[in-house]
Amino acid sequence: MVTIFGKPLLLLYGQLTLGLVNGAFYALLSLGLAVIFGLLNVINFAHGALFMLGAFVAWGLLTYLGIGYWAALIVAPCVVGLFGVALERVLIKRLRGLDHLYGLLLTFGCALVIEGLMRNEFGSSGVAYDIPHALKGPLNLGFMVLPLYRAWVVIAATGMCLATWLLIEKTRLGATLRAATENAPLVQAFGVDVPRLVTLTYGAGVALAAFAGVLAAPMNSVNPNMGSNLIVVVFATVVIGGMGSILGSIVTGFGLGIIEGLTKVYYPEGSAAVVYVVMVIVLLLRPAGLFGRAA
Amino acid sequence: MTKLSRRLLLGTAAAAAALPLGRARTQAKSTIRIGVLNDQSGPYRDTSGVSSVACTKQAVAEFAAQGFDVDVVAADHQNKPDIGAGIARQWYDRDGVDMIIDVPTSSVALAVGAVAKEKDKAYLNVGAATADLTGKQCAPNIVHWSYDTYMLAKSTGGATVRSGGDSWYFVTADYAFGHQLQEQTTRFVTAAGGKILGSSTYPFPGTTDFSSFLLQAQASGAKVLGLCNAGADTVNSIKQAHEFGVPMRVAAMLMFISDVHALGLDIAQGLTLTESFYWDLNDRTRAFTERVKPRTPNNWPNMIHAGCYAGTLHYLKAVQQIGAANAKASGAAVVNAMKAMPTDDDAFGHGRIREDGRGMLPSYLFQVKTPAESKGPWDFYKQLSSYGPDEAWRPLAEGNCAFLKL
Repeated sequence: MVTIFGKPLLLLYGQLTLGLVNGAFYALLSLGLAVIFGLLNVINFAHGALFMLGAFVAWGLLTYLGIGYWAALIVAPCVVGLFGVALERVLIKRLRGLDHLYGLLLTFGCALVIEGLMRNEFGSSGVAYDIPHALKGPLNLGFMVLPLYRAWVVIAATGMCLATWLLIEKTRLGATLRAATENAPLVQAFGVDVPRLVTLTYGAGVALAAFAGVLAAPMNSVNPNMGSNLIVVVFATVVIGGMGSILGSIVTGFGLGIIEGLTKVYYPEGSAAVVYVVMVIVLLLRPAGLFGRAA
Repeated sequence: MTKLSRRLLLGTAAAAAALPLGRARTQAKSTIRIGVLNDQSGPYRDTSGVSSVACTKQAVAEFAAQGFDVDVVAADHQNKPDIGAGIARQWYDRDGVDMIIDVPTSSVALAVGAVAKEKDKAYLNVGAATADLTGKQCAPNIVHWSYDTYMLAKSTGGATVRSGGDSWYFVTADYAFGHQLQEQTTRFVTAAGGKILGSSTYPFPGTTDFSSFLLQAQASGAKVLGLCNAGADTVNSIKQAHEFGVPMRVAAMLMFISDVHALGLDIAQGLTLTESFYWDLNDRTRAFTERVKPRTPNNWPNMIHAGCYAGTLHYLKAVQQIGAANAKASGAAVVNAMKAMPTDDDAFGHGRIREDGRGMLPSYLFQVKTPAESKGPWDFYKQLSSYGPDEAWRPLAEGNCAFLKL
């Protein structure tokens, strides 16, 4: 048997594949954060709570309305996205022009309130959400058996990342959005309703989080704390990638997933810390992050 | 001179004002205050939390104390030892709390134990797993109810090996509780002729994806996957083992009925686990559950909640016997009285408290029912075997409880 540092090669292939699955997740979540930061300049600490809401809305749709997984993939992000729009209109909008710290504190407070309310209603151990029937079963890759559902997660997350990147970088709407962040008054002078654009962008970023939540629901425990566990790693991803850089978030998300996967084989106790070790190294060498532009 | 006389005047006035108040206090009934300290907002909220408070209040209501009043306060220790110890200190010193109950999370439980010992106040731990509470860290004013790592390891570990699960791989949370549970399970597995083929220790908290460890477990060729974790981590591990179709028997070393509820029977069916209480064990447990359900309708009682009920009931009986004033003066005195009288309640039946503070109750090995076997809400367990009080727990001599040797 071929081994690398005492570990069988086949096991490593397996871990790399799992790293890719987790990386897809990090990429999708950090993408939403990067979009919101890049265009609104808001450090959205409520992202984890909104991710959790996505999973709960999917569960609620199935339990109360009999709406299954596939429809939930579209409906839940819309519902949570609308909630995001309301949140932006009622609260976040008022902080425009103030220091980043205010937005961070406000969204952090929102996250605590949302999680607290959900905990009060649903308890902490969570609710059951099963894998959709069409995606049950294994996929034999030769070196490992990957559940079909995980393969779907990689495809869906990567597809969504690409679509978002294309939308922002290659379309007219994306160009307007980017122009609005560079010089809002000028874009407004061209007849574009910038405040509405900003609100909708926040809604879209939130919808991305909810989409990730629906993807996570069949794999993880659906409970009110599920977002707060992930959010710190996702923030690290955004910082490493370069705050606000869409491509940076995607590449870093996948990269961190793979590094974390390998750490789980060689030194599992350090698998949570490795992300931050990478962050420290990157910030020392490139303070603006891998893809960030120096201020 | 003027200064002195003014001070004297003020002092006399203050003393005069205090006198009638003091007399009024001695005339009033004294109040025994019980503090429920647990996780009200984090991962262990459902296994302890507000349902523990509800069960404690149920016991107070049923006891209907005569000669003294009882009130119940509650707080959230957020699973942090410093916060837990801080609240305990404030409760005992300033807020007149006479007994603290519940306290899940082993690290917090031991920190609160040290405060209780220092202040000579009663401390009934129900929610934490560490067997050190009646071992290395024991004290004359501490009682440990419901469960501990030794009893879980012996029951689930031993039974799994006997039924053919003789090679194990552990997935363990990297903190005191996980390590202790793995160590004690290893003892029982090897003593019964089983082998340990490996283990993965993962960072706690903050791990949500267990698939990597599950693959390593599978690659080891072991027959049994031993989960030395709790709460959402256990739920995630089992859900993902099911998703990956891991062909191993899963032994969840610590699992509660609310975890089964969170997983759903489709996934949880067939798991074996150990609890010392189940609502559908007998007529008395069913009667207790019916009484307490209105107070906690969405979360039926587990062994921790039932322990808060039974522990409070037994504590109040002891207070009644030695008198509220004596109970308030010394935690060790009331705990001694608790040890001297047998326990009897609807949740656990007849039992006693051993010299080291261990609640000697029966424990049960359960298997989770299939969806077809389950006839109603929360109808989750079927009993595989039971252990009498004398075989379930660590023998007194093995615990090395220091104060017993003095």
